[in-house]
Amino acid sequence: MEFNIHSIVFLIFSVITLGGGLGTVTSRNLIHGAVYLIVSLFGVAGLFILLSAPFLAAIQVLVYIGAIAILIIFAVMLTRSMTRMTEIYNRQWSLSLVVSALLFVLLLVGIILPVWGPGTANAALQPSELVATTVDLGVAFVDGNQFVLPFEVASLLLTAAMIGAIVIARDRD
Amino acid sequence: MVPLWMYLFVAAALFCIGAYGVFARRNAVAILMGIELMLNAVNINLVAFWRYQTPFVMSGQVFAAFVFVVAAAEAAVGLAIIISIYRNRRSVIVEDVDLLKW
Repeated sequence: MEFNIHSIVFLIFSVITLGGGLGTVTSRNLIHGAVYLIVSLFGVAGLFILLSAPFLAAIQVLVYIGAIAILIIFAVMLTRSMTRMTEIYNRQWSLSLVVSALLFVLLLVGIILPVWGPGTANAALQPSELVATTVDLGVAFVDGNQFVLPFEVASLLLTAAMIGAIVIARDRD
Repeated sequence: MVPLWMYLFVAAALFCIGAYGVFARRNAVAILMGIELMLNAVNINLVAFWRYQTPFVMSGQVFAAFVFVVAAAEAAVGLAIIISIYRNRRSVIVEDVDLLKW
């Protein structure tokens, strides 16, 4: 792997993503955890930019950071007495650590390195110079031969989830 | 550009960090944050495979966009349930919510 500007930027965004993720699962104060989550989501948005998916990066910032992270902060504040617990992990936390680490090693040794790792036939795979744009993505969403039905079902799901959230969270009169 | 397996490495690491958060945390909101991390790891994988394998078939990006939609719906309903539980039982510790436990 040559050492160019692209790989340096990739390294920076990967460190931001993984560091934010680690901070999210280890921070005692949940507000800090939510801020770490925002940092991690921002790193993922940077990775989307590197993968030439600018629309998804914009959606990542708008929906995840702008809506979901703020919603999580709202929930943390509404359940205020729970933000500073003495015990943040349950009894199986050591077993969970082992299982998560095993899952990572399994994914890495079992799938990623043998199939796509350095030295395999797929390792020389280079992304094409030309790539589909946001216009193609928009056309794919509303084209009758591609994804218009899942697109409409997704909007229906959002409406149902919105009504359901209001009904569940509403105070009894 | 960076080889594909590096993106897969980052995504696998992020997925396992999120899974650890889901397995080990006691606060329901923290568990939801872990789920968001896992969904993001899946999205990195989808977009990376789209970019390296089929950059002119939009399925990868479209699927990632649907993951966004489902994540937004899941976060809204999940947090509504957590707030409702907190109102009824004064707790968001998942171990305290054992009404259906035999």
